[in-house]
Amino acid sequence: MKRYSFSSIFTEAFRDNLGWEKAWTKRQPKKEYQIIIVGGGGHGLATAYYLAKNYNITDIAVIEKGWIGGGNTGRNTTIIRSNYLQESSIGIYEKSRFLYETLSQDLNYNVMFSPRGVLMLCQTEHELRAMKRTSHANRINGVDTKMVAPEKVKEIVPIINIDGPRFPVLGALWQPRGGTARHDAVAWGYARKCSDYGIDIIEQCEVIGVKKKREKIVGVETTKGNIKAKKVCFVAAGHSSVLADLAGFRLPIESVALQALVSEPIKPIIDCVVMANTVHGYLSQSDKGELVIGGGADGYNNYSQRGSFLHIEETVRALVETFPVISRLRQLRQWGGIVDMTGDRSPIISKTPVDGLYINCGWGTGGFKAIPGSGWATAEMIYNEQPGKLASPFSIDRFSEGRLIDESAAAAVAH
Amino acid sequence: MLNLFCPICQRDCDETELSCGGQAHLLRRDYASSDKDFYEYLYERKNDKGIIFERWRHVYGCGKWFHTARCTLTNQVFGSYSAKEVQPPKSILATIRRSRVDFKGWVK
Repeated sequence: MKRYSFSSIFTEAFRDNLGWEKAWTKRQPKKEYQIIIVGGGGHGLATAYYLAKNYNITDIAVIEKGWIGGGNTGRNTTIIRSNYLQESSIGIYEKSRFLYETLSQDLNYNVMFSPRGVLMLCQTEHELRAMKRTSHANRINGVDTKMVAPEKVKEIVPIINIDGPRFPVLGALWQPRGGTARHDAVAWGYARKCSDYGIDIIEQCEVIGVKKKREKIVGVETTKGNIKAKKVCFVAAGHSSVLADLAGFRLPIESVALQALVSEPIKPIIDCVVMANTVHGYLSQSDKGELVIGGGADGYNNYSQRGSFLHIEETVRALVETFPVISRLRQLRQWGGIVDMTGDRSPIISKTPVDGLYINCGWGTGGFKAIPGSGWATAEMIYNEQPGKLASPFSIDRFSEGRLIDESAAAAVAH
Repeated sequence: MLNLFCPICQRDCDETELSCGGQAHLLRRDYASSDKDFYEYLYERKNDKGIIFERWRHVYGCGKWFHTARCTLTNQVFGSYSAKEVQPPKSILATIRRSRVDFKGWVK
């Protein structure tokens, strides 16, 4: 693989840019692999990448139904933060945020990680108390966050209306090392590096069946033929239940559409991420100048990748109240993704009832921020055939054993 | 926006008037049930990509529950029926079959 560097840009500039290679090679499936990862989004590619990088396994296929990064990896609002309440969540999300810091160098691909700061507003007394508790939990666990007063909020975000008519800002939880990254670049960067390691990336290949022998996985049946494998990992976000059905078990997951939108591009007006959880809306500005806006998920199960109109209305209403200056902006685009919600709004990284079959799902509305950490933990689990320290709190057993991970107080909008 | 028929009020209502209660026809468990049964009752949902039967409550209306058949991929609605039914009525299943030839029927 040709490295991206100043000198390569310099030489290519004199050759009409004809020397660039394709970022990753499109492959047809081989007959057999050691490991198959089903799902070529951020989490799946990161899993394959860390298996190769940390454990030297490269006999891997990443199978994707559509195209790389075409699912939720390309449909989120790109927010990265780790200001969670519980130790287990802080562990994996902070690991992830930490990996994001050097991801561009690690992948030799500019993922445009921008630690611009994440501000979570407190707009009721209860929220203020909950956030104070979170800030203490963060401090104990070594996550750099602090509570800031309303005047400081106004200083960080001058366009905010801190004495709103319904919900005045009473304070905020500020994580200065949180921020955003270019979501497509994360998928593309991992795909390029995986391809470089010799991992096969197979696009336009849907899994339509699971091959088992005495409750042990032996391969998958796809639209491009049968592929054998010793280990298989499902990393399919909203469609995890569909895959689990093929493998003959059910997951404690419900799929819901979550949508986001961007405004027309304007000059820079906001240089951090603001999340207003009470009124349901979050806002940041992309490098192109569009305001990136996200809100709540639909109130009923669906796979429509559209989302219902009333949630856009609610989100925009809330944000116009918080940032009156944006009231005349027009919406440029809107899109939806299918998120996999668990009962406790925490992910599942776990073994399954089928031997040799692993699963990584349930990230709900907050999966993008977790991509590197989740890949790291899943790779560790697949290699050792049991979850490591990061992944073990997130096993499927936690539902039947009653050790749910209570993140409702620390969660953002819908999580 | 979804537009569902409330069989109690006998009129169509918007999604904003309603609240979704999740999968319908769940088998309730009593104290004599096993841990596995309770786990299934509490957490394991069908989450089908296709036709589902679900509970809705007319919150800003009569306040009563009713059941609906809907496709989760297209959001096409196939009609509502009373929450007292223990399984989807034949008329609803026939309506689904008319537009989905591969529909296999209701599975518990």
